[in-house]
Amino acid sequence: MSGAFRRAAQDPPWARWLVAAAAILVALLLLALPLAAVFVEALRRGLPAALKALSEPDTVAAIWLTLLVAAITVPVNLVGGLAAAWCIAKFDFPGKRLLTALIDLPFSVSPVIAGLSFVLMFGARGWFGPWLEARDIQIIFAVPGLVLATLFVTFPFVARTVLPLMAEQGRDEEEAAATLGAGGLQTFLMVTLPGIRWALLAGVLLCNARAMGEFGAVSVVSGHIRGETNTVPLHVEILYNEYQFAGAFAVAALLALLGLVTLVAKMVLERLAGRRAEIHTGGAA
Amino acid sequence: MSASIVPAGIPAGRASPVRAIPGFRATLAVTLLWLGTIVLIPLAALALRPLELGPAGLLASLAEERVVAALGLSFGAALMAALLNLPLGLLLAWAVVRLRFPGRGLLDAALDLPFALPTAVAGIALTAVTAPNGWLGAPLEALFGWKIAFTRAGVVLALMFVGLPFIVRTVEPVLRDMAAEAEEAAATLGATRAQTVLRVVLPGLLPALLTGFALAFARAVGEYGSVIFIAGNLPMLTEIAPLLIVIRLEQFDYAGAAAVGLAMLLLSFAVLLAIELLQRRLRRGRR
Repeated sequence: MSGAFRRAAQDPPWARWLVAAAAILVALLLLALPLAAVFVEALRRGLPAALKALSEPDTVAAIWLTLLVAAITVPVNLVGGLAAAWCIAKFDFPGKRLLTALIDLPFSVSPVIAGLSFVLMFGARGWFGPWLEARDIQIIFAVPGLVLATLFVTFPFVARTVLPLMAEQGRDEEEAAATLGAGGLQTFLMVTLPGIRWALLAGVLLCNARAMGEFGAVSVVSGHIRGETNTVPLHVEILYNEYQFAGAFAVAALLALLGLVTLVAKMVLERLAGRRAEIHTGGAA
Repeated sequence: MSASIVPAGIPAGRASPVRAIPGFRATLAVTLLWLGTIVLIPLAALALRPLELGPAGLLASLAEERVVAALGLSFGAALMAALLNLPLGLLLAWAVVRLRFPGRGLLDAALDLPFALPTAVAGIALTAVTAPNGWLGAPLEALFGWKIAFTRAGVVLALMFVGLPFIVRTVEPVLRDMAAEAEEAAATLGATRAQTVLRVVLPGLLPALLTGFALAFARAVGEYGSVIFIAGNLPMLTEIAPLLIVIRLEQFDYAGAAAVGLAMLLLSFAVLLAIELLQRRLRRGRR
């Protein structure tokens, strides 16, 4: 290998150091600094004050509501996502590509538009508004609206993480199991699931993190009633707009911790699965 | 679709002759019910609602100065943020894939942070950092007179934050799989390192960069949570289109809100289609 050849195929050491330093600088300024700011602002008046802000009745109510919404939306999208992945990965049928594209659609729709769509259906002046009002059923500005909006924005997560893996696995093993007399559920649990479990778990975690952290979509349908329809991210906004910065950042730090735990868990799961989970998800929050 | 022998004439591979695997009908039914109730019917409401304004009313509703300004800001800032993220994303992907240095693993993990951090948290955090008394805001204003929080620059910064990982994570696998042979061949043919990077490596990354650009743009254009804290939300100046939807809804102007929403969706699909066509031309050109 001549010197000239090596020079052209590899970066000179000074260039490598320059790129590494620049990359670290960008990551520090754009990613680490904001994250650090959350915790510094949260602890500005000390840990006891931050913990006190977290134990206020409105904050506690917001935490319970967020847990409730996630506890409903994640299982629904888990079942839907698995059903979709099964029929798309294991069968051929006309319209399959369209169906796959439609499942991804919520990622390219603004969460505010997602919330808006449900208001157009169930709001006071929505399609079913008068009908619901006559029966005293409230969806918008109530928990069902929060659940629907969250279902929309977290819709593709499970299907997206599981589908490529299930398609890669092929159909031979399932066909063999079926030929040997296994039922559908049995085939899924004993043949398919072991191969996709880590990816599935990663998908569920990402779905959960988004469900608990969603802001735009739930902001539209919530009505911001304290203690009733205020989720944790919305509570951050209320405290912030009331200039209760220490409280706002304390609650925000709680959400940031949820994000960090999700990141670490995703890394561990990826290592177990030996591949990267697909979280190239569009859609804003 | 029954598990029967497929009649002659249907091409093989389209449908397998015997469906041994159970559960097709059940899972397809669940999928369609799930997709229909949560996604398709609500979006149909969005598409139909503006029609009640009539064509003239719809145009008038969208031609309001404030709407045009908000749509201009949302699309302009989203394109700008995605554009600025191209070199940054390439730099970060390059560092993670091609270099070995202390802290590389941590850097790699940190790049997913914008995916995992709830947007409201990102919003107040970026505002705190770039506000006039913030860690970056104070020195930038003292040294250069730059203001970031509560200006359009703040909007672009928030959209860069949420969009960055899309570009890094689409470029990364392509950069990793790119055959070393091409670079070595260029070197043997006498190319300098700069020529190799510019004329061999970068063109190979172009499709991935475009895909990342499209993903980052799609995400940014509808972004709400991280933007409204840092933007300042002045009508005509720093008011984004999603916020205008929220405002119209608060005034019970459902049709007007739906009109803005529909315009946003159609415009962003048009941009994404343009990027897709560019991709196809690129692919044809390489063959």
